[in-house]
Amino acid sequence: MKIIVCIKQVPARDSQLRVASSGAWIQDADLSYEINEPDAYALEEGLQLKEKHGGEVVVLCAGPARAAQTIREALAKGADRAIHIEEDDLGAFDPLGAARLLAAALGPEKPDLVLTGLQSDDLGYGQTGVILAELLGLPHATIIMQVEKQDGTIRVKRELEDGWFQHVEMPLPALLTIQSGINKLRYATLMGIKKAKNKEIRNVTAAGLGASAGAASIQLSRVYLPGRSKQTQLFDGPPKEAAAKLVEKLKFEARVI
Amino acid sequence: MSILVVMEQRAVAGPPAWNRMSWETLAAGQQLARELQQPVSAAVLGQGIEGLAAELADKKLEHVYAVEHDLLKDYTPDTYTAAVRQLVEQTQARIVIFPHTYQVRDFLPKLATALGRVAVSDVVAHRIEDGKLVLVRQLFQGKLNVDVRFNGEPPYFASMQAGAYRADRIEAGSAAVEKFAPQLTPSRIKPLEMFREAQRAVDLTAAEIIVSVGRGIKEADNIPIVQKLADALGAELAASRPICDSGWLPMERQVGSSGQTVAPKMYLAVGISGAIQHLVGMKGSKVIVAINKDSNAPIFEVADYGIVGDLFQVVPALVEEIKKAKG
Repeated sequence: MKIIVCIKQVPARDSQLRVASSGAWIQDADLSYEINEPDAYALEEGLQLKEKHGGEVVVLCAGPARAAQTIREALAKGADRAIHIEEDDLGAFDPLGAARLLAAALGPEKPDLVLTGLQSDDLGYGQTGVILAELLGLPHATIIMQVEKQDGTIRVKRELEDGWFQHVEMPLPALLTIQSGINKLRYATLMGIKKAKNKEIRNVTAAGLGASAGAASIQLSRVYLPGRSKQTQLFDGPPKEAAAKLVEKLKFEARVI
Repeated sequence: MSILVVMEQRAVAGPPAWNRMSWETLAAGQQLARELQQPVSAAVLGQGIEGLAAELADKKLEHVYAVEHDLLKDYTPDTYTAAVRQLVEQTQARIVIFPHTYQVRDFLPKLATALGRVAVSDVVAHRIEDGKLVLVRQLFQGKLNVDVRFNGEPPYFASMQAGAYRADRIEAGSAAVEKFAPQLTPSRIKPLEMFREAQRAVDLTAAEIIVSVGRGIKEADNIPIVQKLADALGAELAASRPICDSGWLPMERQVGSSGQTVAPKMYLAVGISGAIQHLVGMKGSKVIVAINKDSNAPIFEVADYGIVGDLFQVVPALVEEIKKAKG
């Protein structure tokens, strides 16, 4: 089974984010980056399916040169090869434009299964996988917690709200968006890291794929810190002092202790 | 030329029933209609949905569309996309809004793509500027907000986050129910049974006080630190999704859109940044206390009280003070 896993590099989770002076995006010069967490679960699922059923796992990533680090890490975990769509200004692409980029690189590979994380931790549209499925004409299912390959079909467990799940069956090739927690993530081994150095990363560009940002149909006009819906009373100082002030409030003002 | 609200129903072990987030979206649609001075209509898709459509007939709406077909009985993204697309084309709706549910996340991007558009997902607010719609959504798990505008020609698509609009603001009125029969072919996707995992042993909704722990706890071995806080308060211990994903606490203790929705007297969030998926599960709590090292963490947007600091120092100090206060 040929599996393509789409991954994205995003600012590390505990990053201190500051809005750029233009107000159009964040100051990203001094941030550190990592794989988007749901994509890490998608990669793990791809690797486990390959271990069970044989085949190949190809990682596909669109992003600037720095994304190569995240791609290497995916190869070190066991992906066989990678395609890097090197694009400095992904911000110029709306979700449809970005998915067109991925589709252009992915289509000729003729995969049996395409996996993505269910959403990105930066933009968080939660749409790339589904848009990609539509562009490629593939059946899809989202927010997946289990994948079972059968003869020519897959049976998946979709997460619904409020503790409900549903089994869904569809023919291959197909696309799935993977939920965090579907599996247990592996660490790259020393051997894996060594091997990754010799694995193929094919670099392509948007122009080379014949894709361009085109006219975006939505536009992000201003990024800002959200306002507070409540007046939060914040306590600071040494932990003991702060804790004492909080407990006093909880006891005499909120009356919950 | 109008606004269309696509409501959501689901039949699980019984007749079709509303997903209650639909009412909030209906309220959003009526508000947009007032502000943009355009008519608003609502649609419900499925089979055997006359009763649900009738419930819309006493709302202030121009049309109520009952979109019925045998192939809409069980949801698939293929059939729902085709049906809503045909309705949008038929009605020439300019702005089409949906509740931001798991089902909508499954088919709305497909529908928008089929029409060469991009849907704005997970909207938390809106404004009208120079007669144009500006939608507000979150970035970076709620750490930042962004204003989004539509370019190009309508239809424009958006999905509204739970809790962003108030269902009790829906205006009454009267509207005739019209049937709409889409042309559908069977989906490649076969939906099977819906089910729940083993009965929940822990009912967090009954707890008066909940101490909830998130990624800030760093590792499983640190869980006893917050357990002590829960014990001191006589509280139930709960967690955000990543903690349960990692197996540090059982899934049945998860609060958020995929776990339980709670509204205790006090909710104490320890090391939880407050992504929207978590907030929707607890923001109805009467008193919210947050302990987090990042003063910009979105959890502080909903907190009544907070301590910005290292939980490994703050929580043990808090346990001592609570014991003192309780004598």
